[in-house]
Amino acid sequence: MVGVLVVLEGMDSFVLLCLLGLPMLGAVILLFVPAGALKVVKVVAVTVSFVVAVLAIYIFVSFDETAGAVQFQKIYRWLPLPGPWGAGDNAITLSLGVDGVGATMVLLTGIVMLTGTLISWNVSEATKDFFILYFVLLAGVFGVFITFDLFFFFLFYELSVLPMYLLIGKWGSTSQFKGFARTKEYSAMKLTLVLVAGSVLIWIAIIAIFFQAGIGTFSILEIQEVSNSAFSPTFQNIFFPLLMVGFGILAGLWPFHTWSPDGHVAAPTAVSMVHAGVLMKLGAFGIIRVGLVLMPIGAETWMPLLIVLGAVNVIYGAVSAMGQTDLKYVIGYSSVSHMGYVLMGIATLNVLGMSGAVLQMFSHGIMTALFFAVAGMIYDRTHTRDTLVLEGMAKRMGVISVLFTVAGLTSLGLPGMSGFVAELLVFLGVFQSYGILGTVLGSLAVVGAALTAIYILRLLSKVFFGPTPAMWESQTDSGSRELLAAGILVAIIFSVGLWPFPYIEVIESGVNPILAMIPGAR
Amino acid sequence: MNDFALLIPEFLVAGLAFFILALDLFLKENWKQYLAWVGFVGVVAILVISLFVESEGQLYDGLLEFDEFTKFFRIFFLVIAAVAVVISREYVESKLKYPGEYYGILLFTLLGAMLLASSAELLTAYINLELLSFGLYVLVGYERYNAKSNEAAVKYILLGAFSSALILFGISQIYGILGTTRFDEMSVAFSALPSIYPGLAVGFVLIVSGLGFKLAAVPFHMWAPDVYEGAPLPITAWLSVASKAAALALAMRLFAEGFFTVFGEWQPIIIVIAASTMVVGNLLALVQKNMKRLLAYSSIGHMGYLLMGLAALVPIVGDGTTTEKFSNLVSNGLLFHMVSYGFTSMAAFLCVIVVYNKTGRDDISGLAGLSKRQPLVSLVLVSALFSMAGLPVFVGFASKFYLFNAVGGQGLLWLVGLAIVMSLISLYYYLMVARQLYIESSEDGSPISVSFPTKVVLGGLFGVMIVLGVYPAPLMAAIQRATDAIVSGNLLSLV
Repeated sequence: MVGVLVVLEGMDSFVLLCLLGLPMLGAVILLFVPAGALKVVKVVAVTVSFVVAVLAIYIFVSFDETAGAVQFQKIYRWLPLPGPWGAGDNAITLSLGVDGVGATMVLLTGIVMLTGTLISWNVSEATKDFFILYFVLLAGVFGVFITFDLFFFFLFYELSVLPMYLLIGKWGSTSQFKGFARTKEYSAMKLTLVLVAGSVLIWIAIIAIFFQAGIGTFSILEIQEVSNSAFSPTFQNIFFPLLMVGFGILAGLWPFHTWSPDGHVAAPTAVSMVHAGVLMKLGAFGIIRVGLVLMPIGAETWMPLLIVLGAVNVIYGAVSAMGQTDLKYVIGYSSVSHMGYVLMGIATLNVLGMSGAVLQMFSHGIMTALFFAVAGMIYDRTHTRDTLVLEGMAKRMGVISVLFTVAGLTSLGLPGMSGFVAELLVFLGVFQSYGILGTVLGSLAVVGAALTAIYILRLLSKVFFGPTPAMWESQTDSGSRELLAAGILVAIIFSVGLWPFPYIEVIESGVNPILAMIPGAR
Repeated sequence: MNDFALLIPEFLVAGLAFFILALDLFLKENWKQYLAWVGFVGVVAILVISLFVESEGQLYDGLLEFDEFTKFFRIFFLVIAAVAVVISREYVESKLKYPGEYYGILLFTLLGAMLLASSAELLTAYINLELLSFGLYVLVGYERYNAKSNEAAVKYILLGAFSSALILFGISQIYGILGTTRFDEMSVAFSALPSIYPGLAVGFVLIVSGLGFKLAAVPFHMWAPDVYEGAPLPITAWLSVASKAAALALAMRLFAEGFFTVFGEWQPIIIVIAASTMVVGNLLALVQKNMKRLLAYSSIGHMGYLLMGLAALVPIVGDGTTTEKFSNLVSNGLLFHMVSYGFTSMAAFLCVIVVYNKTGRDDISGLAGLSKRQPLVSLVLVSALFSMAGLPVFVGFASKFYLFNAVGGQGLLWLVGLAIVMSLISLYYYLMVARQLYIESSEDGSPISVSFPTKVVLGGLFGVMIVLGVYPAPLMAAIQRATDAIVSGNLLSLV
């Protein structure tokens, strides 16, 4: 391990490029592996995922939180742009770097990627194609977290949507309800179109930002410097909502969240893990990285709306989750509910709330990945996710039940686990902001956490603990590979819950400069 | 003194066409399949030669203008023609008679397209446009015993002749008032006019209608789906790329040089045509069941995006005067998207041709389960469709972003918004095809074999789509040189 770190030390300036390039390289290598050679496919998949996870951990560990700012920076010229700013002088650049927020998200993605690969070991149909698309998806996700250039930000944002249709449509599963079926094709199409509709708004806003700034660059850091003079308050008030809603759609913002439960339920396990765990965070991340940074005045104007919508997310998601009888739909709606905390935290515009939001992004990512992994394990064995049929699984699936319990308790915010720290910070932030409105919404958020406890505990008592009917007597418990994947996630949940300060310091070093830009930040 | 060295590539193309026609007379029936290779090698040789020949100057007192713009289009047409010849090979062998005439006429249309890009005068442009169109009339009806092919040919000839007449009438109007048909003299004459006469407006509208027909722009698009469906598939591919790119080349030169000074008068017309073209093309594509018709409507949609670029070529500032603030950005975006559309179209058509050659089906449901039967074709087709939808990392993303961004900078943000929404709608029908390819399975699961040359072309087009999407800088450098030739600062002095 020490040896690896020494090697990494020497390539600090390329480490982000590797993070971006390795999943792509993995996809290209897999393209040339014969489809029949399953062993080779799996070895390549695990090797690439492992190396990427190590890189992600390295980036997070060696991120210097006292220095803050953007680290590991590297800028490549990509395409010259002619125009009134002088022909050839300016260009679209691939501008790589991470700040405190980005580093945390990179760590999250690396972990979820590795565990997702381990979980999808037994994808039996077209395994090679599955991993190609999976790697393309993750290259897009990493790209969004580490670029400081609007063009590439948008490119990677779209890249992470592109493989979803095929991943869900081909390897997904159809849900049967009493009167109707939610086919995987329907869910895949809905998810893809709704997410791309979100990027329509983002695209328009990016074009407007580019020309209003008038300096011939898409670099966020450079536009940020002129944003005060170039973007009038009116301009910001008009275009910030485009970004807020556009990114909000991916973050599961109510009332645009309906793609998310359908999509997450239909998706294969690893894709649900990545999508709910990481991809939804792209939306929240986009609001921070593009919206808050480039249009601080617009953000101030519109944040009261976002905090209200976030509160609706929390309550609406929790209430919807209570009514579900499909294990994955429960988790899907709980994601909508938990993303509400993230949106509320961002909308507080204060250090506590924002840090809480970012920590919640991280914590929820790990927790949901664990949730979906366990749901996948149960489905692999029982071939049903119906909570009315599943009963007393703890007897035969002791380990799986413990894993689900850990995820569930994290979800309802039990102290000692990551969810508690993150949600506490968000609550404090919300109570500090917006006077009476903040108090009311903060109380609602706490009520939301209580509602979470209701549906999670009910699920635990019904599905896992209780008498085991004869039909579930012959089940097997988790295998060592599944246990390894889930164990990594559980370890992280406890490490954040018991000793959150290393994480919070990194996050705050990223959040503080952003808040410093906003005139009325509290 | 005319320097005929400028025309070497055109002479060579004409020579090659005659050579193939003549060779056809002496070849035995079973040797005629090699005519495609003669054509391919010839076109590639001309391509190499045209990279090195002198390319700056004028011929016939300025009727033909040779500059970097000409060179760019010349090379683009030659590359596309080389691809078109190769993808015709198996189709012609199995479905058509008289390969000699087929390749000969194909090369004559190539000649017309190349000359059109260098035309700097209205009547010369008209003649070259006819050279291009007449060859296409014949080729569209080449499947003699196929009723649809005949129907397509008749529709294409009648409407094509009508649109040619419109263009001619428009030219006569403009000549009658301005006294010149040369682009450079036209812009001078325009700025000397005290006001825009109604006759000029009529002439302009007629020319735009004629060009709109060639570009299949709404409301002159009605012929496109039927002709696309009826024509032999390789000709559909060639028609959808070459003839449209040629008309676009003419339109760019005409608007940037001839109509530059009075562009504000015409811009609203182009905007309306562009908006309706992309809306109609993309909405009608939603309900298509046939792959050729789907691609026809999707290409109409793409013409809408390109026309949007044409409308923004010369921006109008607040007081109605023209400025060339971002016009280089727009013209670059236009050419970039045209190249991107050209290659992705060829790739998509090639995939359809391969499937049609083996299974005889060109409807969308005929593609079901292709990912199992022929993974390579399926991969290339889905990449081409994603590229057309504007998804990364394919070239379609970069070119759409560049073009839309540039047009947005000209104050047409609402039009760009419409284009982006239409691009979202297009994603739906492209995904429906992707669904057939990867998710549905077919009753007939037998593998489809692909010949080695076809595999090479498929791989090549796939590579082009990725490479241009990831690293477009060299292409953009060439495009920059081309647009510098027509969007130059000296025109601004006329405003």
